Amino acid sequence: MDAQTLIARRVAQELRSGNLVNLGIGIPTLVANYVPQGLAVFFQSENGLIGTGPIPEQGMAHPLLTDAGGRPISALPGAATFDSAMSFGLIRGGHVDITVLGGLQVDAGGHLANWMIPGKMVPGMGGAMDLVTGAKRVIVAMQHAAKGKSKIVAECNLPLTSARPVDLVVTDMAVIAFPGGKATLMETAPGLKVAEVLAVTEAELAIPDKVPEMKL
Amino acid sequence: MKPVSAEEAIAMIPNGASIMVGGFMGVGTPDRLLDELVRQKKSGLFLISNDAAVPGKGVGKLFDGGQVTNMIGTHIGLNPKAQQQMLGKQITVDLIPQGTFVERIRAGGCGLGGVLTPTGVGTLVEGGKQKIDMNGKSYLIETALRADFALVHAFLADYIGNLAYALTARNFNPVMAMAADTVIVTAENIVPVGVIAPDHVVTPGPLVDYLVANG
Repeated sequence: MDAQTLIARRVAQELRSGNLVNLGIGIPTLVANYVPQGLAVFFQSENGLIGTGPIPEQGMAHPLLTDAGGRPISALPGAATFDSAMSFGLIRGGHVDITVLGGLQVDAGGHLANWMIPGKMVPGMGGAMDLVTGAKRVIVAMQHAAKGKSKIVAECNLPLTSARPVDLVVTDMAVIAFPGGKATLMETAPGLKVAEVLAVTEAELAIPDKVPEMKL
Repeated sequence: MKPVSAEEAIAMIPNGASIMVGGFMGVGTPDRLLDELVRQKKSGLFLISNDAAVPGKGVGKLFDGGQVTNMIGTHIGLNPKAQQQMLGKQITVDLIPQGTFVERIRAGGCGLGGVLTPTGVGTLVEGGKQKIDMNGKSYLIETALRADFALVHAFLADYIGNLAYALTARNFNPVMAMAADTVIVTAENIVPVGVIAPDHVVTPGPLVDYLVANG
């Protein structure tokens, strides 16, 4: 299993029936492919849709039905459309149960940086700041390290997305939560030992007595 | 509501005007008006739009010819030309959170001075803004946003300017239709009065100043 699939499958286990869920671009988008069978989840696209469906079959795309990146999508039975004020009212107002976003850094206190690298990458935050500030539960789906450097850092040196800490981080090596505001190693990827995770983690992690492997 | 041609509509917009343009990554954008802005070489525009789309598409066309000098938006990462112009300081871009963007416009259209939002507290977005604590939570004061012109795209327009939208092409259009001195609309379909049932009208006709005739 490649790293992205592993992350997406583990995040999908966090979804509950009836949840309203917003998936960011990149690895988070893949989560929709692994929703457990029989689970009814509503996916929101922040450009104005609840009930996002899979990419339409060849020739079935509609130019006025796209995801937030402008790519064609479909809408499931029961879908609803609305304007951007409603869409962000849902997000900021705490009506979205889970948001899954990519990350550049998450620090020991659970703070996320994911929208800019000063002087290098300044695309704009889009909806990320509202999602992290307003969603009931924030899950970060990202690689544990980039170019050999830990993305789980002691303190973010990139600009923060929100002052609100995230709830869960799922990487290709570990699941990290923040009980009592302290980064804690909850699970390791299949076949990985705790020491192997710690060796590539900059932030100090609390280690419970038992750290199970992810069940995928 | 007055019917006009795209050429007449854009001729009303002076160089240097502020324009709000509906659409999200080019979806729900009034393309005929943008093409006409390009053809009439309007310059020095202050663009208020969610994103910069991509080169050659939607509002992206305005960056191709350097017609924009200022922009307020939320994301321009998919338009390398807009990025280059911003990093090269040819244009000024104020990037703000999307929820804040739409609420500032909504406030502008609804007679509010601004809104209080928790989004951006404790981040770079705080810069230069007033912060207030209320009921134990911190909020930023975000001021209302209006424009000289709103360029709006609808799915249906009837002869008196009632508008309805389709799927994800609705996005910022109905909110912007409230927040400009002059509102110019294009529609995929222009239909007789009554075809859009009262319950399905999203933007009531009196908000629309000009409807661009199809043809």
